[in-house]
Amino acid sequence: MPTVDLSVTSLRELNQALHEQSDPGNDRHWIVKNPKGQHALAAGVDAELDIDIEGHVGYYCAGMNKQAKITVHGNAGVGVAENMMSGVVHVKGDASQSAGATGRGGLLIIDGNASARCGISMKGIDIVVKGDIGHMSAFMGQAGRLVVFGDAGEALGDSLYEARIYVRGAVTSLGADCVEKPMEDKHREELAALIDAAGATGEVDIGEFRRYGSARSLYNFKVDNVSAY
Amino acid sequence: MCGIVGLYLKDQRLAPELGAHLETMLVKMTDRGPDSAGFAVYGEPIDGMVRLTIRSDAAEPDFESLSARLGSDVRITGHGNHVLALVPASSLEQVKTVIAAEPDLVISSRGERVEMYRDVGLPANVAKRFGLSRMQGTHGIGHTRMATESAVTVDGAHPFSTGNDQCLVHNGSLSNHNDLRRRLRREGMEFRTENDSEVAAAYLSWRMNQGDSFGDALTHALDDLDGFYTFVVGTGRGFGVLRDPISCKPAVLAETDAWVAFGSEYQVLTDLPGIDKARVWEPKPSTPYFWER
Repeated sequence: MPTVDLSVTSLRELNQALHEQSDPGNDRHWIVKNPKGQHALAAGVDAELDIDIEGHVGYYCAGMNKQAKITVHGNAGVGVAENMMSGVVHVKGDASQSAGATGRGGLLIIDGNASARCGISMKGIDIVVKGDIGHMSAFMGQAGRLVVFGDAGEALGDSLYEARIYVRGAVTSLGADCVEKPMEDKHREELAALIDAAGATGEVDIGEFRRYGSARSLYNFKVDNVSAY
Repeated sequence: MCGIVGLYLKDQRLAPELGAHLETMLVKMTDRGPDSAGFAVYGEPIDGMVRLTIRSDAAEPDFESLSARLGSDVRITGHGNHVLALVPASSLEQVKTVIAAEPDLVISSRGERVEMYRDVGLPANVAKRFGLSRMQGTHGIGHTRMATESAVTVDGAHPFSTGNDQCLVHNGSLSNHNDLRRRLRREGMEFRTENDSEVAAAYLSWRMNQGDSFGDALTHALDDLDGFYTFVVGTGRGFGVLRDPISCKPAVLAETDAWVAFGSEYQVLTDLPGIDKARVWEPKPSTPYFWER
C-alpha cells in the first residue's frame, strides 16, 4: 500500500507517480498524507486506484479523473472533480464552488455542503450532495444527474439543457428555463439507484424529493424566431 | 487576483505569536499577490496614548529629526520606512500639524490599537522589512496584491485605513466606487487615492461614524457596494468578513477555541496551532461574519 507524505514528497512527484499506474498490480490502494490545501492533487489519474487523501485539499482535486476512486477526508477547494470522466470522487467534508464542473461521467459524492455553481455545465457526471448547494448550481447542465439532500440556492438550473436535478429541501429560486417536473416511478427508481450508489441507502425518504429539469424553451431552435437571428 | 488573510485571537495567550502566524499566512499568499503587501496589527491600548503609523516617502527617511520636532512626549519606533508614534491624546492635534507640514510624511493609520504597514515587493520581503514576525497583538489582517487596474505603488497596497482603528483588505473590484466616493466626500470623508478598496473602507467607516454597529455596517455594505468583493475588516475590537452575492472571490474561514482565521485559500491556514481540529468552512455569499470582544 503506497503511502505518500506530501510534507516530504512534492505534489508533482505524487501526481507523476499516479499517472504512471496504468497497470497498478496489487498496489491499488494509495494513501496521501498532509495535503495541506495543495492544488491539483491527484488530478489526471487514469487507473483503477483507490486513493485516500487524509486532510483538506485545494483547487481542482481529482480533476479529469478516470477510473479511480478518490476519497478526500476533509474539505475540497474550488473545482473538485472538474471534468471527471469516470470513477468515484468522495468528499467527506464540504466542497467549494464549481464542484464537478463540466464533468462527463463518474460519481461525485459530497457528504457536506457544496458552494455556488455545483455541477456547472455538467455533461454526464452524477453528483450527490448530502448537504446544501449554493447559487447557480447546474448552470447550463447538459447531461447527468444532480441529487441534493438539503437546500439549493438561487437560480438553480439556469439555462439548463438535459441534466436532471432532484432536491429534497427548499430551492431559493429556479433559474431561467428550469421548472419543476412531476416525479414518476422511473424517476423514483433513478433517484433510489443514485442514493444507493452514494452509499446513502435509507438515509433519506425518496418521497421527499422534487424533480427539476429544463422547460426546453430556451435552447431549442424555433422556426418562429428565425427573423431574430 | 490578490490574497487576503486575517487572524483574530480568542485566547490572548497566543498574543506574543500573532505577528509570526500572520507573517506565515501572508507569505503563503505570494502566488496570489507578488507585487506588494501590507498588514495591520491590533495591540492592547495604552492609557491616554494614540498610535499613529507614519510612512515616509523620502529616499532616506530622517526619523531622528522628526522625533525632535514631535517633542519628547511622543515615542517613536522605526519599522523600515514607517514609524509607529505613541502620541499622548492631548498632543495629537499638534503632532498632526507637524506631520502635515512635511511633504514626505503620510499618516497611514491612527487609533488606540492599530498599526499598519505596507510596501511594494514580495510579501516575505515586506514582512521582513517591518519585522512582522516579532509583532504581538490581539488580531491582524493582511493582503498580498497582484495589481490589475492601477500601478504598483505603496498607496495602492492594502490595507486601507479610513477611520480610528478601522482598516480593510479587499480581493475583487468594485464597479460603483466613483459615485460612492463622490457621495462620501460630500459627507466629509477624505480619500488619498482613486482606489476602489479605499472607498469600501471609507464606506464602512462612515457607516460606523453614523452610529451603525459593526454588523449593521457590513449589512448596509451589501446594499450599497456593487461589484466583486471578499473583504476582511478590522476594528479596534472586531474582525469581520463579507462576500458579495456572486462570491467569485475565494474565502475560507476556520475557528477553534483559541482563534478565528481567514485565508483566500485553505493553505494559508495549515500552520496555525490546532488547525487539524478546527472547524473549516466557506463563508456564504451576502452574509456578514464578525467577531467582537
